[in-house]
Amino acid sequence: MTSDRLLSIEGLRVDLPSRSGSRERRTVIHDVTLSVDDGESVGLVGESGSGKSMTTKATMRLLPPGAKVSGGLTFRGESVLDYSRKELAAYRSRKVSMIYQDPRAHTNPLLTIGDFLVEGVVATGQMSRADALDQACALLVDVGVTDAERRMLQYPHQLSGGLLQRMMIVMALMPSPELILADEPTTALDVTVQSEVMAILAEQIRERSLGMLFITHDLDLAAAVTDTLAVMYAGVIVERGPSDEVYSKPRHPYTAALLKSRPSAVKVERLETIPGRPISAYEAGPGCVFAARCPFATEECREVRPALRQVGGRSVACHRAEDIASELFEGLSA
Amino acid sequence: MSVSPPDAAAGPSRGRRAASPVRLLAGAVGTVLAASFVIFSSLSVAPGDPVSQILGQKATDAQRAAMRTQLGLDDPLLVRYWHWLTGVVHGDFGTSLTYRQSVSGLLGPRILTTLALVVMSAVIILLVGVALGAFGGTSQRWRPVVNGVVGFGVAIPGFVAASVLISIFAVKLGWFPTYGAGSGFVDRIWHLTLPAVALSLGWTAYVAQMTAAAVKEEASREHVMTATGRGLPRQLVFRRHIMRNASIPVLTASGLTVAGLVAGSVVIESAFAVDGIGSLLIKSVSNKDYSVVTAISLLIVIVFVLVTTVIDFAQAALDPRLRDGGKV
Repeated sequence: MTSDRLLSIEGLRVDLPSRSGSRERRTVIHDVTLSVDDGESVGLVGESGSGKSMTTKATMRLLPPGAKVSGGLTFRGESVLDYSRKELAAYRSRKVSMIYQDPRAHTNPLLTIGDFLVEGVVATGQMSRADALDQACALLVDVGVTDAERRMLQYPHQLSGGLLQRMMIVMALMPSPELILADEPTTALDVTVQSEVMAILAEQIRERSLGMLFITHDLDLAAAVTDTLAVMYAGVIVERGPSDEVYSKPRHPYTAALLKSRPSAVKVERLETIPGRPISAYEAGPGCVFAARCPFATEECREVRPALRQVGGRSVACHRAEDIASELFEGLSA
Repeated sequence: MSVSPPDAAAGPSRGRRAASPVRLLAGAVGTVLAASFVIFSSLSVAPGDPVSQILGQKATDAQRAAMRTQLGLDDPLLVRYWHWLTGVVHGDFGTSLTYRQSVSGLLGPRILTTLALVVMSAVIILLVGVALGAFGGTSQRWRPVVNGVVGFGVAIPGFVAASVLISIFAVKLGWFPTYGAGSGFVDRIWHLTLPAVALSLGWTAYVAQMTAAAVKEEASREHVMTATGRGLPRQLVFRRHIMRNASIPVLTASGLTVAGLVAGSVVIESAFAVDGIGSLLIKSVSNKDYSVVTAISLLIVIVFVLVTTVIDFAQAALDPRLRDGGKV
């Protein structure tokens, strides 16, 4: 638990201006605490609007202007929030790479793939253009692109989504970063190529033993490719621990409910749903963010926000984690 | 500002099937031909009679009839159009009824004057408009100021700007001449500075507005975030990922604007008594000097068609998606 972990986020809170011009702000992240070690893959799981993407954007300092960020955000012990412009450029260009959800929207349609792949390392003076082109070709082969040289001359609109996302993976690997932020890298892709792209990404991360913060709403996928899972709801991390344990023995009612509401590959039955609707971070009351939808909620849950605490080998933000443990496992073992 | 602004919202048509150069040229020639017919036929049905313009009110009916036959005014429209068109193909635009001079001889020197005026205005529009727009589109703090200046510029009609400029810079300060086009290169620029400023004012504001909107929109694209997130220097992101992409709509708008300057010169040339195409058009219209009006109108159409064709080529050069005919 030293402070020079690869990435450490402590009590992160983000408020965005609600509308341009108005002074009001709305909270999109209440309290996020998580860390990524070298070679560790951490999954950040939650519904849409829970603040997952905002967490990665805050990590890259890519939040929209006017955003207010508080809490700790350190990379190898250096506070990312206090980086000067020069340090920030070095951090973004060499240390951390981000893979985005929609590769088509996130590539400039007017530039060739080759230009897109090499411009980062060339513009920040890490490589000559010729070396960068060679390395890009080699990486393209690594991610299973056979005709690398031809692809480099093509434009994004000439490539399929799956292929373009592989280009995005290569782009992320070009500067040999230490940490990869993957924001739902397969969500925008065809189902048929999702697993292929995910396998390629997981393999590249493992081979290079990079740290990865993997954002997804797919709990099964996250459990399969990550070492640690953090479950997020309404801008708060509600449970965090080793992936297999969180996945098999959830200790937070929200995690358990998520696991129960997945379709089964073998049984045909009505899906369980979580009652109520997901709330946004700014709608959360003073108590536990999940209290309104939680079948176990008490008066305390509605009034006092539970902090993350150690229960059964992981961190859980639930007042009643011990009391309800056996009830949570019920119906999951089946 | 006598022409309505080109359609801003249209922008570059994404995914449109790219035309081959041959088809583009054929389309351009077709457009000019069709426009020439419309111009020719609409002038022939316009009220007013060139014969009374030439002979005056006291001429006898016999004299009038003789003149009509001499001018070929009694032939059917299509026959007259055909005569005119074959003449144009051979470089003969007819004879001016008021000046008793060949139309091409009349236009030749005036084209140079108007061209100088249009080029000066175009330079002002592109330099100031794009710079102002890029500034307003990027700087959140200065955006309201730029918007204000731009709104002011759009709102002032060219002839008002002309009289204000004349009274301040020509009459009060005496820095520039009040009228005329001058002779020789430097003298001409000196004479045409105020007219060019008056002509370009509204269009500069319009191009600035278009550029600001395009820059703002392109800056909000996700791929710009990708570029920023890769630690690229700000100027590079601005140049390569914002301005380059914004240049497509900006190019379209400013191209059509520059084409419209020839038409816009009508008002400004009259205000500054510059003897160019524009002031000649006004005089010829009031004199019912149809062969001159037809030739100038056709010239304006040709400039428009040329500019739009160039824009089409330039768009295809800038946007690879247009080159592929929108295939994905």
